[in-house]
Amino acid sequence: MSKRVALEASHAVAEAVKMADVDVIAAYPITPQTHIPERLAEMVANGELRASYMPVESEHSALSACLGAASIGARAFTTTAGQGLELMHEVVYVASSMRYPVVMVICNRALSAPLSVWGDHSDIMACRDTGWIQVFCENNQEAFDLTLWAFRVGEDSRVLFPVMVNLDGFTLSHVIEPVLLPEQSEVDSFLPKFKYPFALTPDRPMTHGAFGPPDIYSEAKVAQEVAFRKSREVILQGWAEFGDIFGRYYSPVELYKAEGAKTLLLTMGSLGTTAKMVIDEKRERGEAVGHVGLRLWRPFPFEEFRQAMKGVETLIVFDRSISFGMGGAVYAELRSALYDEEERPKVVSIIGGLGGRDVSVKDFEYMLDRGREVAERGTGKMLETVGIRGEMVSIKR
Amino acid sequence: MAQKKLKTAYDFTWRDMEVGNIITEAGNASLRRTGDWRSERPVVDKAECSKCALCWLYCPDGAIKILDDGYYEADLYYCKGCGICAGVCPCDAITMIEEEEI
Repeated sequence: MSKRVALEASHAVAEAVKMADVDVIAAYPITPQTHIPERLAEMVANGELRASYMPVESEHSALSACLGAASIGARAFTTTAGQGLELMHEVVYVASSMRYPVVMVICNRALSAPLSVWGDHSDIMACRDTGWIQVFCENNQEAFDLTLWAFRVGEDSRVLFPVMVNLDGFTLSHVIEPVLLPEQSEVDSFLPKFKYPFALTPDRPMTHGAFGPPDIYSEAKVAQEVAFRKSREVILQGWAEFGDIFGRYYSPVELYKAEGAKTLLLTMGSLGTTAKMVIDEKRERGEAVGHVGLRLWRPFPFEEFRQAMKGVETLIVFDRSISFGMGGAVYAELRSALYDEEERPKVVSIIGGLGGRDVSVKDFEYMLDRGREVAERGTGKMLETVGIRGEMVSIKR
Repeated sequence: MAQKKLKTAYDFTWRDMEVGNIITEAGNASLRRTGDWRSERPVVDKAECSKCALCWLYCPDGAIKILDDGYYEADLYYCKGCGICAGVCPCDAITMIEEEEI
C-alpha cells in the first residue's frame, strides 16, 4: 500500500533515491544546489540510507565521482542545476559516451548573466546534445516516479545510458504537494540490482576510456547514436511496467483534451498544470484547444509526436529559453520533426518564463489567442514573447 | 612481439564497437607498435654501462630488454624515445640519437 505524504519535490526525489538504494551520491552542496543533496546527506548521516556520500568541491567533480562509481558497477546519483550543470558540462558528455548509467536530477534554472538562480530551461537546453536520456516532470509525484524509473531504464543492459530527470527550479523543486510513496517491496520488484556488465575488477582487467583517433572516433559516435535511439524500447517498457506496479502510466508525448483539438499548446515541465487550467476554460467556451506535454525530450519521440500532430491545424510551442540567433530551441526541433509530414500544423513559437518570470493563467490565455492569430496571418514574422515588457521585434526566419 | 593477428581500427565498423568503446581484452598494448612515433632513440655504450638496471627500472613503458650478456637495450618496437633512461643512467652510457640521423 502506498502512503500519502506531503513532500517538497526535492524531498520526494531524495525519497526515490533512498528507495532505489543507491551506492554513491556525489554532489556539490552550495548554490545553485537544492534540498535534494541536503536531504540525502541527512538520510546517510542518520543511517536511513547506507551509501557513500561525497560532498565534492565542484559539479565537475561530482559527476566525475559518479562515473568512477559507475565504472565498478555502483548505482550512482548526482543532482545539480543552472550554473552547476554548466560547470559539469565536459563530464556530461563523457558519461553518455562511456555508457555509465548515472542518474542526475536537474532542477532547471536560468544561466547568467545577469546573475540568476531562478527557474527556466536554459540549463537543460545547453545539454540537449549530450546523449543523456532526458525527461521532464510536471509535479512532485512525477519527480518521485521518474527518478525511480530513471535508474531502471538507464541501468538496463540494453540501454546503459545516463538519465537526466528535469524538474523546474523553485516552481517545482521547492513546492510541497501530496506524494504517494510506495512500499519498499514494490520498489524492489520494479528496480532490480544494478548489474553492470563491464564493471572494473582486478579479476578481469579491461580498458575504460581509451582514446579515439580519427580512424575510430566516427564509428564510435555512430554506434552511440544507434544504441541511444534503441533505448526507446526500454524507455517505453519501463513506463509500462511502472504503470502496472504503481498504477501511474507515463508516455513520451502526453495529451490533454487533444481530441478534436484544432490548436495544441505545448509545454515542458511544471507549467503544464497552469496551461491545462486555461485549456479547461477555453474548452468550456467551446474552443477546440488542447495541451501537449512533452515528457521525453531525448531520445526525441518522433513517432509519438507526429502521431499527436495528426489533424492539428496549429501547434503553439512555449519555450523557456532562447537559442540565441535561432529563437525557441524546442520550437525549432518540433518544427523540423514535422517537415516531412504531408499534413502538418502551422507551428508558432512563443518565448517566456525566463529567469523565474511567472507565467500566469492570463499568459497562457494570451499564448493561445495570439498563437492562433499568428498562425492565421502566417508564422515567423515576429519574435513572439509573453510577459515581457517592450514592443514586439520583427525577425527573419 | 605481435604474435596474434593484429586488428587495426580499419577492421572495425560501427557495429563492432563495444559498449562505451571499452577494450575488454586486457594487456593488448603489447600487440601495438607503440614506438612508431619516436623521434629519438636511446643507444647504449656497453663500454660505459655498469649493468645497474636503472634504465630498465625507470622505463615508463617497460620497453628495456635484458640481453643475454646482461646488458640492457631499448626494444624499439615499443620505445617512445622519451629519454628517461638516458636521464637516469648514472654512467652516462645512454645517448639519445635523432631518428633522422640513423
